[in-house]
Amino acid sequence: MWNYEKRLQFPVNIKNPNAMLAQAILSQYGGPDGELGASMRYLSQRYSMPYNEVAGVLTDIGTEELAHLEMVSTIVHQLTRDLSMEEIEKSGFANYYVDHTVGIWPMAAGGIPFNSCEFQSKGDAITDLFEDMAAEQKARSTYDNILRLVRDDPDVYAPIKFLRAREIVHFQRFGEALRIVQDKLDSKNFYAFNPEFDKCKS
Amino acid sequence: MNNRGKMTDQQQLYHDIGVIDFVVVEMTEYLDTHPTDREAMEYLNHYVRMKNQAMQEYAMKYTPLRISDAQFCKKGEWEWATTPWPWEGGC
Repeated sequence: MWNYEKRLQFPVNIKNPNAMLAQAILSQYGGPDGELGASMRYLSQRYSMPYNEVAGVLTDIGTEELAHLEMVSTIVHQLTRDLSMEEIEKSGFANYYVDHTVGIWPMAAGGIPFNSCEFQSKGDAITDLFEDMAAEQKARSTYDNILRLVRDDPDVYAPIKFLRAREIVHFQRFGEALRIVQDKLDSKNFYAFNPEFDKCKS
Repeated sequence: MNNRGKMTDQQQLYHDIGVIDFVVVEMTEYLDTHPTDREAMEYLNHYVRMKNQAMQEYAMKYTPLRISDAQFCKKGEWEWATTPWPWEGGC
C-alpha cells in the first residue's frame, strides 16, 4: 500500500530548456543505473527477505526511490517542456521526439529501452544486498557524470546534487543491512545456507 | 535556500514541509537498521508531529498535499485535482 504526497522530495524549478541535458538525465529515469531500476530492485527483493529489519530497509529505500523517480522525471519534463522545433532539431533530440514527443518514457541516454535485466532479484540475501550496494555506487557515479555536464545550470545542479547524496546514505544503510544478515548466519561460512530458501534450523 | 528572503508565506511553508519530511525519511531508514535506538525514535516522532501539523496548516491555508488533509480544505471544490501538480512547479 502506498500514499501519494503532492509535492517533490526536493524542489525542481528549471527556467531554461535544454534538450541535450534532458537526454543525458533521462538515463537516471530508465537507464541501467536509474531510479526505475532502483525502486523495482528493492521493492521486488523484499518479499523473500526473511529478516524484518532488512525487509524494512528495502521497503523504505524502495519507496524513497519512487520519489527520486518523480524528481528525475520532473527535471526531464522541465528541460523539454518549452523546446522549440529548431532546438529539437539542433540538439540531437529528434530521435526521442519522433517516438515520444516531449512525453516521459524510460530509456537510457543511449536510447536503450528500460528492461528488468537492469536489476536483479536473486532470492539470496547476501547476493541481493551486494547488488544493492553496487547499485547505489553506480547511481552515484552516474550522478557525478551528470553533475559535470550540468555545472552551468544551478537549477539542475541542486536537485542532482541532492540525489547523489542520497545514494551515499543508501549505500551506508544497505551495508548495515548486510551486516545484520551476516550476524544471523554462520560466521565460518556465510554461504553454507541461503536464508531465503534453505529451511531455518532454529 | 538562497532566495529565502524573497519567498511568499506559502513557499516558505512548502519549503519547511520538505525540510521536516527529509528528517522523517532519513530517520525512518536509519531506524530500520538501528531499531533499538530510543533517542532516534523520539527524534523521529517529534518530526512526524511537526510534519502533520505543517501539512494540516498547508491544507487549511492553501491546498492539500495528501488525501488525508483534503478535509481541511474549505474552498468547496476538489482542489487535489484542480491545483498544479508538482512537476509543474505547483505547490
